[in-house]
Amino acid sequence: MRENYTYVVLADDDEDDRLFFTEAFDELKMKTKVDIYKDGVDLMNALNQSESTLPNILFLDLNMPMKSGLECLTEIKSNPRFKDIAIAIYSTSASEEDIEDTFVSGANIYIKKPNDFKVLKKILSDVVTMNWQYHTSGLNKDNFLLRL
Amino acid sequence: MKIFIKFDFTQICTRVIDEKLEELGIKYRMLNFGEIEFLEDVPSDKLKAFDLILREYGIEKIENQKVILVQKIKDTIIEMVLNTDDTVNVKSSVYLSEKLGHSYGYLSNVFSEVTYTSIENFIILQRIEHAKSLMINTDLSLTEIAFRLQYSSVAHLSTQFKNTTGITPTTFQRIIAKRRALSDNKN
Repeated sequence: MRENYTYVVLADDDEDDRLFFTEAFDELKMKTKVDIYKDGVDLMNALNQSESTLPNILFLDLNMPMKSGLECLTEIKSNPRFKDIAIAIYSTSASEEDIEDTFVSGANIYIKKPNDFKVLKKILSDVVTMNWQYHTSGLNKDNFLLRL
Repeated sequence: MKIFIKFDFTQICTRVIDEKLEELGIKYRMLNFGEIEFLEDVPSDKLKAFDLILREYGIEKIENQKVILVQKIKDTIIEMVLNTDDTVNVKSSVYLSEKLGHSYGYLSNVFSEVTYTSIENFIILQRIEHAKSLMINTDLSLTEIAFRLQYSSVAHLSTQFKNTTGITPTTFQRIIAKRRALSDNKN
């Protein structure tokens, strides 16, 4: 049977951000399953397990110790097994340079972390909905760029 | 006394369906397991009876009529967006409801329920996606693309592009060009 939910994974070293993130998803009306990793190393270890279920959308914090979001992104993009994962950068930075660099490196979505919980919920809902459209309507994922 | 039995679910289900359809006098063909094709039109009261009987056995018809309708709506929208030659000069709501034979209100409710987005947003998304592929795969200028997709002006296309994707058409083109350069370097 086709699974009718979106599987979401976040890697973020900030505990508060992780908490807000899971809470925001709890309140969305779309069906989602959320897994959280505390840093890039944990995340990549989990993804690289050959039997791991791959997320539909992966949210990466840019600034993480040991392995940054950008390093994870580059690793993920060089592995064909991960080609169907939509990558969302989830960062405090809003520098145009960061944004464009991550898009060029293969990110699909760039989210500037909002301070307001309501705004966060709206953003995450937009991301999941938009990803769902790409997923279910056969749109070209190579052209999937979204900045929020 | 105690006895042990083993059973084959597929055989049981197939047998039940066989018998019940025969009782109702419905001509059918089993395609795959779980898929039945009726060989002639079945009146709705018979379908309903079949439904009720099967429920007693814990067998249920999958209600995907809505999913099917949504797919039809999507196909019609895509056709509408791509077909820019003979100008469809009616509003999309009128066009959809005439083509699919349902009121726009009904279509719009079913669509939102299944896709989590509105028909209006889906049309915009499709137009923007089409604009993207024209930007990438043709030498058309933004002005020409706007004209082709029946935007009233380039500004209108650019604004809708930015509202939908968060970036401008120019930034989009630059990012795609850089990505291509990057992958060319790797090869």
